Amino acid sequence: MRLAYYPGCTLKTTAKSFDISTLESSKTLGIDLIEPERWNCCGTVHALSKDDVMHHLAPIRNLLRIEEMKKTGIVEESKVITVCAMCYNTLKRANLVFNSDSDKVKKINENMENESSVYNGSVQVEHLLETIKHQGWDNLRNKVKIPLKDLKVAPYYGCLLLRPRGLGIDNADKPSIMEDMIRALGAEPIDFAYKQKCCGSYHTVFMKERVADLSYKILNQAKIAGAEIIVTACPLCEFNLSHRQTEIIKNRSEFKEFPVIYFTQLIALALGLKEDSMVFGENKTDPRPLFKYKGFLKEI
Amino acid sequence: MSKNNNDFVTIYVMGKKQKVPADLTIMKAMEYAGHQFIRGSGCRGGFCGACATVYRMRGSYKLQGALACQKQVEEGMIIAQIPFSPSEKITYKLNEIKANANTFLEYFPEIARCLSCNTCTKACPQDIMVMDYVQAALRGDIKLAAKLSFDCLGCGLCAMRCPAEIVPYNIGQLARRLESKYIEGPTEQVLSRCEEIKEGKYDKEIESLKNADKETLIKLYNSREMKNE
Repeated sequence: MRLAYYPGCTLKTTAKSFDISTLESSKTLGIDLIEPERWNCCGTVHALSKDDVMHHLAPIRNLLRIEEMKKTGIVEESKVITVCAMCYNTLKRANLVFNSDSDKVKKINENMENESSVYNGSVQVEHLLETIKHQGWDNLRNKVKIPLKDLKVAPYYGCLLLRPRGLGIDNADKPSIMEDMIRALGAEPIDFAYKQKCCGSYHTVFMKERVADLSYKILNQAKIAGAEIIVTACPLCEFNLSHRQTEIIKNRSEFKEFPVIYFTQLIALALGLKEDSMVFGENKTDPRPLFKYKGFLKEI
Repeated sequence: MSKNNNDFVTIYVMGKKQKVPADLTIMKAMEYAGHQFIRGSGCRGGFCGACATVYRMRGSYKLQGALACQKQVEEGMIIAQIPFSPSEKITYKLNEIKANANTFLEYFPEIARCLSCNTCTKACPQDIMVMDYVQAALRGDIKLAAKLSFDCLGCGLCAMRCPAEIVPYNIGQLARRLESKYIEGPTEQVLSRCEEIKEGKYDKEIESLKNADKETLIKLYNSREMKNE
């Protein structure tokens, strides 16, 4: 019986006795072990190590820039505010790693040798929703010029804003931060089953139909629950939920375009800002007909 | 030229030990040691980027980059000349492309692989923040990408070191082209000079230069107006 045999590097160096006895006894047992002509390290060092230092260089470099801003007095606090769910997750995750793994700190710093200063781990990563929450919902409520009365808004959290635990901006199972924001703006938050489900993320590049399917489920659930619009804090969620509607409409003639916007656009609307501060023209699904119907925007 | 032995350093040119005067640049030291540059040498003034060099100091694992015509030799330098950086030349029609992030991704999709490791910046002999301009291009900040990459000579050292196989200098060049065409726009001076050329303002002068003999040309060249910096 001729079988391919992968010895591995240890059997060729410090465990030669293992290699030779294997080959010889196998031969006697009628098993002919044949070593490949070309082979390389089985990959154990890389596969088993938790070395993800390279992944964290980019975020830590950004956090270092924030620390420098604090040092030079450009900002008062060693804190960074971000709105994109993915940036938030990445920056916060790297910061957590940096502050909890001293081995990695050393390695990360070694890889950033040409920076003029070393990151101290002082930066606090915060999502704008948290910042507004810390200001107090009443503060937001008091600044509202156009209360979004009778507007039924479904908050779509997606995954990266809430998970993993310890990283998310709210309770991963029962989030309420976007609901509180919606209420402060005078609108009605709509709870729906798919608000924490994944939108399909980057599969949108190669598996359009699959993501269209996921998007349909999310949009349809929001619709069934009575929502008139979805707000999100993630550019990829916004992209998938709005751009994949093209495929949804192709497959389901009964589906009507459903508006999806960023939470900050909803805030801008309620604060009575100018239309060029809301930039609704950039959304694939135009929310303006709905807002005009509700009387929040003037008919032109 | 150095007068006594103390002013000499030992360098290794492609592995071969050489004693050369300590005040020479890498390029002159290599010539001193008997090498003749046929390729990999251009302006000798730090402007053309033809003489990219990699070197290592004895006892250090680090590979460093420099321009051979600019960097002075140091004791224990191990030098290799990189006369040419064989990267793909991407062609695009400047009149048909847009000044946005997607243009960079369309012609150079590999830039999305940038990990921000900063190896390119470390390799740059011009001290350009290479990673920063690649990142700026990635997010469509063409103005910043053009500004940060302005001093690029295209020597190619960044491209040779990038683990993501990005060719940063191509990115910088596209950024500067887009910036000058669509953002800064052609300047007034350029437009008015083009107009003058079209009107034939310089035709006579060019014709007389074309017909001048060598001696006249030498005379003209030596007495040309020089702008003081």
